[in-house]
Amino acid sequence: MNIRLSLRVNGESRELLVPVHKTLLEVLREDLDLMGTKHGCELGECGTCTVLVDDAPVLSCLALPADLQDCDITTVEGMADGGRLHPLQQAFAELGAAQCGYCTPGILLSAKALLADDPAPTRQRIREALAGNLCRCTGYTKILDAVELAALRMTKDSPYDQRLADRLADRRAPEPCGGAPTANIQAAMKLAGPQ
Amino acid sequence: MSKRFTVVGQPLPKIDAWGKVIGDTRYADDLVLPRMAFGKLLRSPHAHARITRIDTARAKAVSGVYAVITGADLPRVKFGILPVSQDEEALCTDKVRMVGDAVAAVAAVDEETADRGCRLIEVDYEPLPALMSIQESLAHPEVRIHEYGDGPNVHKNVALQFGDVDAAFAAADLVREDVFFYEGNTHLPMEQHAAVAHATPDGKLTLWSSTQTPHYVHRLLAKILDMPAAHIRVIAAPVGGGFGGKLDPFAHEIAACRLSQLLGRPVKIACTREEVFYIHRGRHPVLMWIKTGFTRAGDITGCHLKTWLDGGAYGSYGVASTFYTGVINPVTYKMPVYKFEGARVFTNKPPCGPKRGHGTPQPRFALEVQLDKAAEQLGLDPADMRRRILVEPFTKTANHLTVTTIGLGECIDKVVEASGWRDKAPRYRAAAQVEAPKPLWQPRRRRGVGIACSSYMTGAGTAIYWNSMPHSGVVLRADRSGGVTVLCGATDIGQGSDSILAYLVAEVLGLDPKDVHVHPADTSLTPVDLGSYSSRVTLMCGQAVIQAAERLRAVIFKAVAAKLEVDAAALAARERKVGVPDDWDKAVDFARAVELAEAMHGVLAFAGSYAPPRRAGKYKGGGVGPSPCYSYSACVVELSVDEDTGEVELHDVWIAHDIGRALNPLLVEGQVEGSVYMGIGEAVMEAQVFRKNVHKAPSMLEYKSPTTLETPEIHTMLVETDDPEGPFGAKEAGQGPLLPVMPAIANAIYQAVGVRVDEIPITPEKVLKGLELRRRGKPARVGPDRVPRFTFKEPLVVESAFGAPAEAIAVRPFADHQT
Repeated sequence: MNIRLSLRVNGESRELLVPVHKTLLEVLREDLDLMGTKHGCELGECGTCTVLVDDAPVLSCLALPADLQDCDITTVEGMADGGRLHPLQQAFAELGAAQCGYCTPGILLSAKALLADDPAPTRQRIREALAGNLCRCTGYTKILDAVELAALRMTKDSPYDQRLADRLADRRAPEPCGGAPTANIQAAMKLAGPQ
Repeated sequence: MSKRFTVVGQPLPKIDAWGKVIGDTRYADDLVLPRMAFGKLLRSPHAHARITRIDTARAKAVSGVYAVITGADLPRVKFGILPVSQDEEALCTDKVRMVGDAVAAVAAVDEETADRGCRLIEVDYEPLPALMSIQESLAHPEVRIHEYGDGPNVHKNVALQFGDVDAAFAAADLVREDVFFYEGNTHLPMEQHAAVAHATPDGKLTLWSSTQTPHYVHRLLAKILDMPAAHIRVIAAPVGGGFGGKLDPFAHEIAACRLSQLLGRPVKIACTREEVFYIHRGRHPVLMWIKTGFTRAGDITGCHLKTWLDGGAYGSYGVASTFYTGVINPVTYKMPVYKFEGARVFTNKPPCGPKRGHGTPQPRFALEVQLDKAAEQLGLDPADMRRRILVEPFTKTANHLTVTTIGLGECIDKVVEASGWRDKAPRYRAAAQVEAPKPLWQPRRRRGVGIACSSYMTGAGTAIYWNSMPHSGVVLRADRSGGVTVLCGATDIGQGSDSILAYLVAEVLGLDPKDVHVHPADTSLTPVDLGSYSSRVTLMCGQAVIQAAERLRAVIFKAVAAKLEVDAAALAARERKVGVPDDWDKAVDFARAVELAEAMHGVLAFAGSYAPPRRAGKYKGGGVGPSPCYSYSACVVELSVDEDTGEVELHDVWIAHDIGRALNPLLVEGQVEGSVYMGIGEAVMEAQVFRKNVHKAPSMLEYKSPTTLETPEIHTMLVETDDPEGPFGAKEAGQGPLLPVMPAIANAIYQAVGVRVDEIPITPEKVLKGLELRRRGKPARVGPDRVPRFTFKEPLVVESAFGAPAEAIAVRPFADHQT
């Protein structure tokens, strides 16, 4: 049985006729051509398919679009402001937080929801917010770093700024080892500058 | 070592990072072609059974089902990734050997209809006894899983001996014999395997797949489909996590090809998460017996290792895996005499194969835990003991492997220093001996630190099929825009191989990596690279691309030299210009330099080739283990153990890695951190285990893997040794740093609570069992205590090459010059 749907995705309203049992994940990928949302299990276990529904993270593999017709749905394609990347996207690219990149869209959206709720989260708070998103490549280290860097850039003039910058510098740059420059956030900041 | 670099050594973003953060990267399952059909595989519910009848009539009658195929619709040919183990069928014809073996495939208008079709296929099975462990398979020679191999249900039986182990043990002050078990686990890539096949009426076929080895898939498809390889094109889509799990040709790829050929339209087959758990090819469960002799000072006099691998239902990479459980061990510490016996046993479980570290984490765990036990008996500090027995640089091991540079001493110093080992180790050790009664409502936790080291290959020295051709090839084309295009068969699985190619071209030609366009992994466009395995890509593709870029640069320099009326040798390329450094104002733009060179020489396209130095030991089996160079890692873990629950909480991991040279330290750190994380998962939770012939945990919820909350802070330190074999001195980073993590955790747990768990994973139940034994005054050890009754073959006795000086470095085929 098909159902007529009216969905608002990334600010655009779309009219669709789809089988009633299709999940939001399937509708996004198959009917709206928003392939940025990935699937890792389709059982709600891995967080890969996370999107935002009214700014809250939702597993699109478990959501039925029929329930979401009055909501604002955001996918990874809706994070950048036109050609300008969201600070999280910028930081993830600069710090190597996306290796294979498959979990990246879901993690970016979970992190976006976190920063909307808490603009200056502790590392532990970031860990908790991302605990439902599995990543097999990074060991999470660069992901946590990137969320911290984005938060830092987004709250630039707050006192949070300097404290965090000091801590990141301390933690990440013991001393150059055998002449290898360790990647550090300060260098990354110089590279791109705050948004 | 005072080379100056502009791109190398910089923490640059990956060239494909931007596409990944905006959701633009198209993985195999993101590909959609016009008229594309969707396929599904019907898989066996039996672990071992004869197929007596398959009837597809009802499935074919379903509206929306386009085609149904069985093994009868494919050429009757068996295949396998290794030439010596051709034992697989894409769709089984006579017999299934594991739950999950594919027997039929359906293509339909959509996935649901394909699934409905699968359910209507009737298959009659005559169940056979299922052998679900090494012990069962060896105990039941009358039940044969395969008809080939080195004995009933024995896939491979190897025995190598380098020197006289009995004499070595006789000369030792301490001889230890220990038994260890390492349970299997799986890669669990976030992306499930997917393939899209498109056959066209001219008889050609294109396959897009999430594969780490497009070249091997290309070769095997020609055999499996019985068609000319020249008419097949295999393109590796960006891979959403590999770790070794996408290295074999798979049933879904082959079925998609055949269905597309029959239908004349594209067919996609995407595996479900449950299917990914079954198709597997992950870490082998390995039972190990290890006997090592030590002197009072901590030197190793000799070592004898026996391994039994639970191979699962098919050969896969298993012969190589078997060798790898033995041959890399002597690369870390001085081991003058070495004997290795290994056997891979078939069972009715999903076949095991290569997972990050391929066959080496298991014996590494055994050796490093045994060293810890020996250090305690000898009254030596485990860090100091390791520090003094390191292999000498530029020497050979007992089993004839050539070690070039070794930065492990510096690695140990760094982790000892950064972790506070000198303070913590004795303090925690002493605290573990004290009974500290606490009120019941307070958690009783004890801290420990543990250390372990490792080494790993930077690329296998030999290809999977014997040949004298390059292991890696590059074609480099410069165009008049000033851009340079790299064509290379390398497959980016997230490790950043595309980026490495761009960085190295930019370094040699004085460009920005953004000026370099990389076209990877397409068998119709790109020269062969053997694949993303054995940590070979940075070194081999790197050397090939440097060679191509140097050839291009030589031609450009010749043209610019003529124009500027200077000697070509005086020229330099940097900042997108070519000129004489002392007269930089006259330097010409790179784009202009390309025009000058093109006018002089015609089209600017240059090839680069790499093959490893031929250093294989001259004995049968000597081809597994040689590598251009070896990376080294040292790791200290700090954790606490809850004495009431047995739960292990990891606090910090310090890891130092000898990377040779960090071409991009950001990417190297990423590989090290990812390896440590994966090692943690293996050490304390991950297990690919079976109950009543089926996977016990075939989902991401039940198969426990670490989240952000279980992954501790990882402190990465890099050591550079500038290896003469590596591109600008670089070695591998993607696998080696996983290896020391499991033993470091086991050693830290022992230090914290005095419990030895000689078995991976170290679950809370096992720790509790150990604590209970300790409370009852018994030896607090949990782990296997016996080995199977098994006769290894008569060992091939070869003289130990231990300590012999390495032969000249970098004498290798296709090289322009020797360094």
